[in-house]
Amino acid sequence: MTENIRSFPGTPLSEQDFEEGKILFNYDELNGKFSWDTGIAIGSYLAGLKNGVILGSRCSTCRKTVVPPRTVCEWCFRPMQEYVPLHDTGTVNTFSLCYVTWDMKRLTDPQIPAVIEIDGASPLHGIMHLLKEVDPQKVHIGMRVKAVWKSAEERTGAITDIQYFKPVKEV
Amino acid sequence: MTMRKVAVIGAGMTKFVRRAQETPKELSWLATRMALESCELTLDDIEAVCMGTAPDSFDGIHMKGEYLSDGAGAWRKPYMRSYVGGGTGVFVPIQGWYHVASGMFDVVLVVAEEKMSNFYPHAQAAFLTIFDHTTERPLGPNLLWIFALEMNRYMTTYGISKEDIARVSVQHKRNAANHPCALLGDPDITVEDVLNSEVLAYPVQRYDVSPVSDGAVAIVLAAEHVAKRLTDKPVWVEGVGWNLDTAHWTNRDLVYPRYVEYAARMAYDMAGIKEPKKEIHIAEPYDPFDYKALHHLEGLQLAERGQAPQLYIDGTAARDGNMPVCPSGGLLGVGNPIAAAGLMKIAELFWQLRGEAGDRQVPGQPRRGIAQAWGDLMQVGTVVIMGR
Amino acid sequence: MTLLERDPKSPLTWSGNLPVTSRYTFGLAGEKFFRAIKDEGKIIGSYCKKCDHTYVPASQFCEKCLAEVSDWVDVGTIGELHTFTVLYEGYDGARLVQPEIVAFISLGDGGLIHRLGEINLDEIYFGMPLEAVFLPEGQRQGSILDIRYFKPAG
Repeated sequence: MTENIRSFPGTPLSEQDFEEGKILFNYDELNGKFSWDTGIAIGSYLAGLKNGVILGSRCSTCRKTVVPPRTVCEWCFRPMQEYVPLHDTGTVNTFSLCYVTWDMKRLTDPQIPAVIEIDGASPLHGIMHLLKEVDPQKVHIGMRVKAVWKSAEERTGAITDIQYFKPVKEV
Repeated sequence: MTMRKVAVIGAGMTKFVRRAQETPKELSWLATRMALESCELTLDDIEAVCMGTAPDSFDGIHMKGEYLSDGAGAWRKPYMRSYVGGGTGVFVPIQGWYHVASGMFDVVLVVAEEKMSNFYPHAQAAFLTIFDHTTERPLGPNLLWIFALEMNRYMTTYGISKEDIARVSVQHKRNAANHPCALLGDPDITVEDVLNSEVLAYPVQRYDVSPVSDGAVAIVLAAEHVAKRLTDKPVWVEGVGWNLDTAHWTNRDLVYPRYVEYAARMAYDMAGIKEPKKEIHIAEPYDPFDYKALHHLEGLQLAERGQAPQLYIDGTAARDGNMPVCPSGGLLGVGNPIAAAGLMKIAELFWQLRGEAGDRQVPGQPRRGIAQAWGDLMQVGTVVIMGR
Repeated sequence: MTLLERDPKSPLTWSGNLPVTSRYTFGLAGEKFFRAIKDEGKIIGSYCKKCDHTYVPASQFCEKCLAEVSDWVDVGTIGELHTFTVLYEGYDGARLVQPEIVAFISLGDGGLIHRLGEINLDEIYFGMPLEAVFLPEGQRQGSILDIRYFKPAG
């Protein structure tokens, strides 16, 4: 049946068709602006960052410390018992060297996003952040890194209170 | 619980293109009409409609399930949209399956549509909001990060080379050269072409990525007693499975898609499959990026962990191999209109198992195939097993 | 069991946006519908013979039988008022200086949502004939705003 179908429907257009006015079109934007409540756990996480501390939370039933903190353990569905201040050091779980921005502008020097397993949290529990002060070619999985904080006066209670992570030892 | 047998009895699809003139509902209509014609049914025969379509922001239409309904043939019928991110295209046939298996309906239309070109100028902006608005978006992420991070962890853990991964892209794009709807089919592409393409976010290069696309796919599902009256070649839905991992994606091992494994095991149990590697003849794992196909083949238990590249090296995955992988050309070759891309895999299995895939036909009268999609925040696996 | 509490020094909210920008084609039927408005100052519909139904705005297919609709019909520029509302507030919630009347105007078996003009509130009644007022030909872009508003006909 389908092997005999020669033409499938669909009308491809080129950018030129738009530019030359061959077809009609219009633009619009959603313009969605939001103010999200930070909530209990993330609110406290942000307050911790303002104090220069990365906060996790712990479920003693599952013996698990997670970061960022949350109020409920998704494994056992019991409330988390306590906030746990973690270290501001960690291990690179994975990284990328990114040469484009979200709007596809090219970057000469790559951004280096990474998942960093934070010391004091359970194994494989990390956060996403950026690496700097490092030769992109020398970044590796397993590398030890440390947070570089903004000064206490500059911190506002945001993930960007940590400017970036850098290697513990110079590479 | 007794569940009725459900068959796929018809399928249709549009071309997958970079920019379609058709509106999203017109694309849905073109695929739906073709699916109905393929099994000689009319809209009067359809009892319910299931629509799969990914984020509203792609088409730029809020509540687009409702918007798409007339094009999907849902006028004054029971209708529901399902949405599990990129996994939607293989979830929506599961939704259709339980509509019929439960005994509620005998004939159900399943439609999937995406028009990503509406998101202009930067389709990536639609994906920014998958990152947490408070703890991740202030870092200025883009969608490629999450794939690049997962790919790097996968490669490094198992010592897989970029070349091993590039073979996936090459084979899928070559397969797509035989697909009349394909956007990026290329019979002559080589591993070098992939390795020499622009580095976007190491280790991801341009040819590692599937193209942003517009398109729609539709299938018709029927209960056993109806299917047997309508066609000599029903293709049965033998097993379905779906599973979701933690939403905290930086709190889990990115090396292995446990959620795909759980979804696959659910489907294998239902289908009575004990040895997937022997009993699955065609695999259509989700391949928005080339490494994802490997990742998913391992999750589907079709390769040992870290061993999926071997299937492409030894020819097992080739169209004439022992277990062809993405004979359609996959998302990398045919295109990636998110939800429609997943349902395209179901349509491909339907055509392959009926022996109607034309130039793409897998030799040796395959009896059973598996399709899988993945999505949400790197966390959902959806699996359908089909057989004749 | 004690529950975790919010640090009293927590920032209460975090602000952000959804940067969704879109470019829409008008589609197969929309292209014909808006070309007719732009080039000819006409409102066209599409007629499904089987279902005896005239779609306005024009549709490429019939939603009742899914057949392709290929009979394009000029439905004229005068429709009937099906229902209306009077808006006293703008998008931002601010009071409008001049209240706006928005109506559903029946044309064929469908119709258009548009503004009413050259009309007083106390003249309005359901079923009243309303006529489209177009921008002059040179100014029309191929948009629903090529119709400035509908006014009482005759």
